[in-house]
Amino acid sequence: MTMNREFLINSILAIALITVPLIALGMDEPFIITLATKVAIFAMAGVGLNLVLGYGGLVSFGHAAFFGIGGYAAGILASHALNYEPIMESPFLIEGTTQMIIIWIVALIVSALVALLIGAITLRTSGVYFIMITLAFAQMIYYFAISWPAYGGEDGLSIYVRNGFPGINTLDPISFFALCAVMLAIAMVFSAVLIRSRFGLALQGARQNAQRMTAVGIAPFRIRLVAFVISAMITALAGALYADLNRFVSPTMLSWHMSGEIMVFVILGGVGRLFGPLAGAALYIILEHLLGGVWEFWQLPLGVLLLLVVLFARGGLVGVLAGERKHV
Amino acid sequence: MFSLFLEQLLNGLQSGVMLFLMASGLTLVFGVMGLINLAHGSLYMIGAFACAAVAAWTGSFWLGLVASLMAAAIAGALVEMLIIRRLYNRDHLDQVLATFALILIFSEGTRWIFGSFPLFLSVPDFLTGTVILPGGSQYPLFRLAIIVAGLAVAVGLFLLIGKTRLGIRIRAGEADRGMIAALGVDIDRLYTIVFALGAALAGLAGAFVGTTQSVQVGMGEPVLILAFVVIVIGGIGSIKGALVGSLLVGFTDTMGRFLLPHAFATFLDPSSATAIGSALASMLIYIVMALVLFLRPSGLFGATS
Repeated sequence: MTMNREFLINSILAIALITVPLIALGMDEPFIITLATKVAIFAMAGVGLNLVLGYGGLVSFGHAAFFGIGGYAAGILASHALNYEPIMESPFLIEGTTQMIIIWIVALIVSALVALLIGAITLRTSGVYFIMITLAFAQMIYYFAISWPAYGGEDGLSIYVRNGFPGINTLDPISFFALCAVMLAIAMVFSAVLIRSRFGLALQGARQNAQRMTAVGIAPFRIRLVAFVISAMITALAGALYADLNRFVSPTMLSWHMSGEIMVFVILGGVGRLFGPLAGAALYIILEHLLGGVWEFWQLPLGVLLLLVVLFARGGLVGVLAGERKHV
Repeated sequence: MFSLFLEQLLNGLQSGVMLFLMASGLTLVFGVMGLINLAHGSLYMIGAFACAAVAAWTGSFWLGLVASLMAAAIAGALVEMLIIRRLYNRDHLDQVLATFALILIFSEGTRWIFGSFPLFLSVPDFLTGTVILPGGSQYPLFRLAIIVAGLAVAVGLFLLIGKTRLGIRIRAGEADRGMIAALGVDIDRLYTIVFALGAALAGLAGAFVGTTQSVQVGMGEPVLILAFVVIVIGGIGSIKGALVGSLLVGFTDTMGRFLLPHAFATFLDPSSATAIGSALASMLIYIVMALVLFLRPSGLFGATS
């Protein structure tokens, strides 16, 4: 019964994400399409975080680091390509690019390496230490981006022309939305398959009882580290898309407010639910748009709402609408 | 060069002492109640704004200082009784989110009341001068006063925890909450007192630092994160660890920013030495934190869990 209701809610969310921009296209409202694109991208960042936060029980407060790394991958590669300056000339030539596919691959590789390093240190700890240390590492990268002048420092870096994708005019809002929505769908399907795999079961097992996992011969550390890296890669991909959406990347993408916001998407929607991040991101953007239009200080009611959700509506939007989560 | 070095050492000490005022409250709240409080930076901000507003209204910095203590303590006590109390038995994720929500509420509320423009606090007249340091350079008297005041508060806190009845209860609360409740200590009131005490210390730090910088919304967040680094290095829940961590972070940060560009200048051209040196300096305390954690995952003075 609850499973069916959750399936119904998920279907409504998916259909809404696709139809709203199409209606906006018909009504010639490109701003709405941009909002929907933002929802898709934020949801994807949340899908990444949900993997460790929801399924792994690891409260990473530093996912803005990976979001920003993806963003800077797009910004740096594009700026080199547009200025015709190679990134490196010796020992071998590396040039910038405006091809999203190459940017995504770079974002995935760099974020995976950074996550491997951060994860290897942070996952030695647990609980509050893990929260604070992931936060601190993200801040370290944030301050590095601010004080490193080569790529704009505090002012950020503009991407003058949105990067390209073969066969698509990415400057067209609805085409770029479609690209982002497809990427979100891939991330969600991948996440769903992963959660049901042996690996996913081990990850959830490690959340529920790490000692028992160790006893049956599965090392929680390695499982968690792999999950942390995959989670970072998904979030970095979302970051690369976000930089292309705004055609701008700045240290704000790396800030701890961003980490908090990604976490809010996951929690508002429902922790450990496949569609939770989408529901949360959509709710967040709608609130931002509606409240922000009425009152300059819209984050005040947002804070109150978030507080009420945490105190009284555990399980978030999907949780309230669909009831208790069933065990996988 | 020597006098500049001495000046930077004093700046490091000042930043360490201010960090201790922040970190001690954070670590007490975690040690006694098991709560991670992101909104601690908001209490720091409230202290600074209360001081600036009251000092501007009455013309007296001292009344402003009293106001900063009162406002932060009252805000802390209210928040504890209304919201935080419901979070003690929740997991850390709920605590992080609820206190993140509190930051949004406090920051936007303050911006609503005071506007986005920074306020400025002026130093009381008899503390405005400078003192001559050995080596000949001048150092603002007020900064020295802050160091002395901060150290005095730190000593007072250690005496409070170590020598008074309240301190015994706080330490007992850290050791075994259930037992001291069973022995007849009003645990709810103890929690409110501890939270308000931590809030007052943060508010005081906010007023002090607000005098040397500007008072604005969001001023608490960088300090909050530094305070996190401090208590992670020192060991969460340990006041002694908070002191050692604060001084370590204060000195490392200040001296790193001062010395690293000089160090790189010995083998690089000046402009890239400044760029690399300052970029590395901004990351230095996090590198120190990573090293400490690598060697001791629960911090220097943390209980091994």
